[in-house]
Amino acid sequence: MNLDVRLPMGLLFVIIGTILLVHGFTADPAIFANHSLGININTSWGGVILAFGAVMLFLSKKKKQD
Amino acid sequence: MHLPNLVLAAANTAPAGGASSILLKLASVDYAILAIYFAFVIGIGWVLRRYLKTSSDYFESGRSLPAWICALGFIGANLGAQEVMGMAASGAKYGISTSHFYWIGAIPAMVFVGIFMMPFYYGSKARSVPEYLKLRFDEKTRTFNALTFAVMTVFSSGISMHALALLLNAILGWNYWACITFSGIIVLIYIYTGGLTSAIYNEVIQFFLIVLGFTPLVFLGLKDVGGWDGLMTKLGLYSNAQGMPGAWSHSWAHMGTAAGNPMGVEWFGLAMGLGFVLSFGYWCTDFLVIQRAMAAKDMNSARRTPIIAAIPKMLFPALVILPGMIAIALIQQGGDSIHLPTTPGGETDFNMVVPALLAKYFPTGMLGLGLTALMASFMSGMAGNVTAFNTVWTYDLYHNHINPKASDADLVRMGRITTVVGLIISAGCAYAATKFNNIMDMLQLVFGFVNAPLFAAFLLGMFWRRSTGHGAFYGLLTGTLSAMIFHGLTLPAIGTATGIKGGWISVQHTFTSSMAQNFWMAIFAFTGCFIATIVISLATKANKTDDELRGLVYSLTPKAKDEGAPWYSRPATLGAIVLAGAVILNVIFW
Repeated sequence: MNLDVRLPMGLLFVIIGTILLVHGFTADPAIFANHSLGININTSWGGVILAFGAVMLFLSKKKKQD
Repeated sequence: MHLPNLVLAAANTAPAGGASSILLKLASVDYAILAIYFAFVIGIGWVLRRYLKTSSDYFESGRSLPAWICALGFIGANLGAQEVMGMAASGAKYGISTSHFYWIGAIPAMVFVGIFMMPFYYGSKARSVPEYLKLRFDEKTRTFNALTFAVMTVFSSGISMHALALLLNAILGWNYWACITFSGIIVLIYIYTGGLTSAIYNEVIQFFLIVLGFTPLVFLGLKDVGGWDGLMTKLGLYSNAQGMPGAWSHSWAHMGTAAGNPMGVEWFGLAMGLGFVLSFGYWCTDFLVIQRAMAAKDMNSARRTPIIAAIPKMLFPALVILPGMIAIALIQQGGDSIHLPTTPGGETDFNMVVPALLAKYFPTGMLGLGLTALMASFMSGMAGNVTAFNTVWTYDLYHNHINPKASDADLVRMGRITTVVGLIISAGCAYAATKFNNIMDMLQLVFGFVNAPLFAAFLLGMFWRRSTGHGAFYGLLTGTLSAMIFHGLTLPAIGTATGIKGGWISVQHTFTSSMAQNFWMAIFAFTGCFIATIVISLATKANKTDDELRGLVYSLTPKAKDEGAPWYSRPATLGAIVLAGAVILNVIFW
């Protein structure tokens, strides 16, 4: 197959991670007190998802160069 | 493990909707995440469309995918809503013993299919599991399997659709029919355009969505109940209150008698019924999962597919069972800790554990991700069934019986038409389910009768060259009949009304739970099929020569050689490591 699944997957998670990060920094901090035990889960986990997406993109690009 | 009855339970007990039961409130950021996900799902199908040339591309991904993608598709197709919501519900009802569905259920069977059975499926060049039966046995065995399988997949897809729509209606207040139409159209578009590859790619993405979406849920939940120690303490208090001290925090210690554990099953019924008959029957013969391994690029990858898949599968209890146990700890904590709806019967509805935890722990943003993961799991459950259905219909029924002269392009066209028709029938099943709940219970029961003996026929077919077409066919019928008779003679629990739950011939035995009845029914069906296949095979003439059976039967097939390959690409070595892992987990949580 000519489409490496890591490319769309990487893109999707980079976008979702970025959205979560931005939302985490801009949203009213009260939502974390009410929900996620005071932890800003959107920024911390958004960062993880962004990193995961970036790794997938990197791997798909690396394979293309090989 | 495949447990559609749990979805049904979820579907049947989910509140009918209305403002009072709405659990989740979405913000625009959540809708944005959902929308982006759906755009990608459709986009993948659209891009893959360009690469589809032959029917093999459409139905078998051109046998071109690497092992890791097939492996994630393999568990992704099985990781439907029954797993995500049903296993959390079981985690609440049975505690750690729910892990039996993984550590004694799925894992050994996945290793077995990879090492011993995949060489015949992949090596025979059969395009489907029923086609293997044609090569190994005869036409009638194939058609019987193809027909029952086609009906089952299309109904299972309908059940997923129905459960998704009921759930979204209940937790978000969305319109039931809008959900049915929307989910049906999304799945239709990406399978119509991209075929099996599109389904598998989306299963891979969905796998990561579930892992990334649920890990923080488990983390927050565990932190909230005081970590692992806090969880165990609270489960201990809960199990004391239920009159079974320690039963929620051990997997095997209370399996000595059926009355000693909340599952109501004793170790032998569990190990034989679930661990052997049902799990091997599902993982080793169900084309829904086997199809993913058969899409692999070579024999070695096909054999490693289920074994690689077993590695994350083994760790899944942490993601899908733990939420249910956390819910129990929260209930034990009391007060305002968790809001679970009640069933019409007045009991706590544990099928709603996952949505309730999402509502509790996820702020907007993460909530969108969690909901996307949940919806993705329902849709890949549907898509898995639809791709298996269109392949079996097109190859085993249409090409074989209706139009043997069909060209390759005709087959692709038929596959696409079947995708549309399959989804319309699924929606029809959903409609039937809204009208008559009993129809779905009835179907589940019939599927159980047909499925239970399957593994016996495959096992004998692959490992005993003397087994014949007549033996397998009538063996399967005998097994199905044994299951029916067994069901007619037993009841799941004292006080159960005879009828759809059993005992409709005359009640000879009463179990402690429907799970125990189910496991023992499987044992009887397997034994009936096994004995009948042997007896009838010996009484009939072999219908295939040794030459025809080469590549289809163990003793006539040259063994795959993987000497010289690095350890991680040897199926047997990988399999041994996975099994050792499963043993260790069983011991740790004993």
